[in-house]
Amino acid sequence: MDLIAAIFVTPFASMWDNPQFVIEVIIGGLLAGVMYSLVALGFVLIYKASGVFNFAQGTMVLFAALTFVGLLERGVPLILAFVIAGAVMVLIGIAIERLMLRPLVNQEQIILFMATIGLAFFLDGFGQLVWGGDVHPLDIGIPKKPLIIGGVLINQFDLVAAAVAGTLVAGLALFFQRTAIGRALRAVADDHQAAQSVGIPLRFIWVIVWSVAGIVGLVAGIMWGSNLGVQFSISLVALKALPVLMLGGFTSVPGAIVGGLIVGVGEKVAEVFWGPALGGAIEDWFAYVLALAFLLIRPQGLFGERIIERV
Amino acid sequence: MTVADAAAAPILEVSRIGMSFGGIQALSGVSLSIAPREILAIIGPNGAGKTSLLNVINGFYHPQQGEIRWKGEIRRRPQPYEAARRGIARTFQNVALFRGMTTLDNIMSGRLMRMRRNFLWQAIRIGPAEREELEHRAFVERIIDFLEIQAIRKVPVGQLAYGLQKRVELGRALAMEPELLLLDEPMAGMNVEEKEDMCRFILDVNEEFGTAIALIEHDMGVVMDISGRVAVLDYGRKIADGSPAEVRADPAVIAAYLGLER
Repeated sequence: MDLIAAIFVTPFASMWDNPQFVIEVIIGGLLAGVMYSLVALGFVLIYKASGVFNFAQGTMVLFAALTFVGLLERGVPLILAFVIAGAVMVLIGIAIERLMLRPLVNQEQIILFMATIGLAFFLDGFGQLVWGGDVHPLDIGIPKKPLIIGGVLINQFDLVAAAVAGTLVAGLALFFQRTAIGRALRAVADDHQAAQSVGIPLRFIWVIVWSVAGIVGLVAGIMWGSNLGVQFSISLVALKALPVLMLGGFTSVPGAIVGGLIVGVGEKVAEVFWGPALGGAIEDWFAYVLALAFLLIRPQGLFGERIIERV
Repeated sequence: MTVADAAAAPILEVSRIGMSFGGIQALSGVSLSIAPREILAIIGPNGAGKTSLLNVINGFYHPQQGEIRWKGEIRRRPQPYEAARRGIARTFQNVALFRGMTTLDNIMSGRLMRMRRNFLWQAIRIGPAEREELEHRAFVERIIDFLEIQAIRKVPVGQLAYGLQKRVELGRALAMEPELLLLDEPMAGMNVEEKEDMCRFILDVNEEFGTAIALIEHDMGVVMDISGRVAVLDYGRKIADGSPAEVRADPAVIAAYLGLER
């Protein structure tokens, strides 16, 4: 009986008692969710254009952040370090197209997926070889003091992260929906052969997507790195992007955003209000359970393309 | 096709094409030319190398031997997108459309390579980019009218019946304003009425825009009706090339189709 009360009564009672705290938790969750969205975005970009689930996305985030922080530590100014790290990610995009995608063109998706696993190991090792395996603290001057707005406590850092992610997403959405390159990208996502037959250079498009995914990874890496320090565990945040993708749909940019927000809010609320009853650490598994439930009800995700079968 | 057209320089000339996959010789010593404004049918039994030949022409395959001359110019290892940009459009045997997109978007994709404006302009969609978008849209609407598919303009193509998908695919190829149109079994799996419609579209395209057309087709009635010239492939070799009447009377063709001893 106690357990049932602790699950179904007590949490709601405490929410009722302190609505301001509930708002605080939700805002905290939204802002944390933005960080998940950032990582999920990288997956969506590549999945859309090449139908490949890029297992190496997390490592790309880590590698980008390592490069950025490594340059900073060697005294390169902030903006220049960002530009160079971005250029490095573009170079990696070009190398991936040349060395990995081109020889594997027209292969099964599972083979490309296996190739991205290899890529993950390579980037992981290569990054540590070049920049070392230590934890690098990263501070790019984003204020970390909490703000109090209307009596609600808000973490200033999260606010900045949300603004950055929002700008990035708006830009990408415009790019994909409106431009000829964006349209070409969607065409490539649907059918490689057909895309080539209407004059779309497949290789160029792949270089674009992998580069953009690398730069999105760089931004995500900087944000996560400022929070946790740049270290191997950053590549594991990619695991948190999985439930986000299941919620939002693998093919949808807005889906990645909304999915991230839902996961962020969900796990914070669950942790704070249900944590005591269930013994804590809910944050670690809540997102996966949520994703599992979603798979049963709406396997294509909230915004994913409907799975059309002609019988 | 008039006598003058036949005399004109061919827009496409492939000579002595040889191509093998592992131990299988898909094409050997195939030479073929296509004149401006003509309709050429490529026929032959299954596995004769017809689709391989189209793939060679538009750059999906790069043959080990032989050369391809497009408007008098030789290209080594052309990429498919380069062939498209030079004016070669095609459709596929198993319909290759962008399934998630609508009919309109699919046909619009045929205009992609003609969009010239900087992507930043396109993103905010003002001024020149807006005008350009509208021009392409108007062109695409003419194709939609021509193919009589106004009703399915906004339908995702994955939901369309097979015959309509083939028609949308033709529309996408036409949107590229090609000089040479390669059609891989444009009438496969269609009923009689759909075939008649498709024949009419092919003849109209050829007549109105002067597009040269090379098509692979199995329906001999269709082939004899619409093509000006017929080339026959068998086991990767060209065994006949001439007017429909000549080809029909050719002993080698009869042997290939009826399986007589050689």
